[in-house]
Amino acid sequence: MPSIAIETDNLAKEYPYGFLHLKKKTSLEGLTMQVQDGEVFGLLGPNGAGKSTTIKLLMGIIFPTAGSARILGKPVSDVSMHRDIGYLPEQPYFYDYLTAAEVLDFFARFHGYSAAERGERVQKMLKKVGLETAGKIQLRKYSKGMLQRVGLAQAILHDPKLVILDEPMSGLDPVGRREVRDIILELKNSGKTILFSTHILADAEMLCDRVGVIAAGKLRGVGSPSAIVGMKATGMEISFEVAEGGILPERIAAKATKSGSVFRASVTEPDLYSTLDELRAAGARVVSVTQIKPTLEDFFLELVGKDRAQASAIEVSGK
Amino acid sequence: MSHLLIVARNTFREAVRDRVLYNLVFFALLMIASAMLIGQISMGIETVVMISLGLSAISLIGLLIAVFTGVGLVSKEIDKRTLHAVLAKPLTRWAFLLGKFSGLAVTLAVNTTAMAAGLFIALWAVKHSLVRGDAVVLIAVYFILLKLMLVVALAMLFSCFTSPLLAILFTGGMYLAGLFVSELRSLQVTNLTAPMQKFFAVISYILPNFGNYDVMGAAAHGRGIAGSLVLNNTLYTVLYCAMVLAVAGVIFSRKDLK
Repeated sequence: MPSIAIETDNLAKEYPYGFLHLKKKTSLEGLTMQVQDGEVFGLLGPNGAGKSTTIKLLMGIIFPTAGSARILGKPVSDVSMHRDIGYLPEQPYFYDYLTAAEVLDFFARFHGYSAAERGERVQKMLKKVGLETAGKIQLRKYSKGMLQRVGLAQAILHDPKLVILDEPMSGLDPVGRREVRDIILELKNSGKTILFSTHILADAEMLCDRVGVIAAGKLRGVGSPSAIVGMKATGMEISFEVAEGGILPERIAAKATKSGSVFRASVTEPDLYSTLDELRAAGARVVSVTQIKPTLEDFFLELVGKDRAQASAIEVSGK
Repeated sequence: MSHLLIVARNTFREAVRDRVLYNLVFFALLMIASAMLIGQISMGIETVVMISLGLSAISLIGLLIAVFTGVGLVSKEIDKRTLHAVLAKPLTRWAFLLGKFSGLAVTLAVNTTAMAAGLFIALWAVKHSLVRGDAVVLIAVYFILLKLMLVVALAMLFSCFTSPLLAILFTGGMYLAGLFVSELRSLQVTNLTAPMQKFFAVISYILPNFGNYDVMGAAAHGRGIAGSLVLNNTLYTVLYCAMVLAVAGVIFSRKDLK
């Protein structure tokens, strides 16, 4: 049975606001979840859903108003377990008077490496994140994407067991995103546990063993990307071409969309064979028949849509 | 301990690479140089004027660095969120705070030494010799440095729970109030009611006594400074800084970072 890398129990965070701090805004509510050792877990959610709050609570940057969390078997208040954790903050920012090599050397010192080891690790990391030629430039001259790479390098510099990445693809161009994805896959293959937050669903579908969807501060679902949306097909899509002068049956024409010479129509599974018969009778050539499955994006948008509708209703009634 | 030193070293490096700091030290040296000119038109009391102006310049520039850099030490890290990656290392918030304090303390010691060296060069240029009595100036510089440590500790404390602007105002206010602690204590013998006397007595002992560090007059006139004052001021600074940093540490270790 795999051991648990991250465990939260009813974790909650409220922020006081207003002149006397008497009002409270809930940022995270009763989060109970587990991340198994060696898995890649994605925290999904729209902006302001509570993803970064969860990560900051795990890293001890903020403190919970209720509940508890444990990382690698230790409470999050115990900073000694930070030896085994790598953390990339959201939109990372470092000492801009230092060069990338210096900032990595600074972080490596906390792990007690000798000067030779530090030098070797720093060079290796700069190469890994594609900054080997920019290592001696002060960070004040770095772009957002380059800072993101430095952030990733400092997170994995000490070969941690667990890597926590807050929006690792943020600010990166397509090439950078691809490189970060490759690094995450490499970490996964070497048996590391990875928790990362993102709102880019394609990345989550591609990289995660399991995902947790957070919306409006609450965890809405946890599971593998395929299980979370359900394996059941919601319908069938038929692609077909109609011969010149051919007349499409009205029932099908009403549902079909045309792209180039190919028509596409979605039908329910029970209607599939009768529709195919009608198309054959009309002289249409069937190009393909595929199952329509909901994507993680559909699931995500459905949840977020519900929350947005609820939030708007509250706002309107509040007014 | 080693983690504290890593933070201290980095804080010192940050200060060394900050051009503003060089400008301030340069300005202090310029003030010391101008003291030479003013000394020349102060017939018979050139040395007195030079030492007074020189020590004032060291104190003023040191105070500016201590207040503004001291407040920025923590608040800048919180604002820019550089702290997030640092605190993800096996480092306690206490070690971070004390490391920052130590780093700035070393920076101030180096700056003050550089400015004091400038003053001694100016003195030598005017007098063409340095006598044993001039060592009193060194003690005055040492007292300025102690004062600056205390100001940094206060600036860090205030920056742990309020905005940078308010922290600067609070630190400045504490410094000004601390200059008049002796006067506050003497209020007790005037016609105040007993509760008010008690109130002022308590306040006067809570406020940092910055008046203790002012030996500029003695230094300028070559009067000796008692060894007991050196010892008392050193102990007072160490204890007061320890208390202020302990309170700052308690606040900072429970603070939610944005």
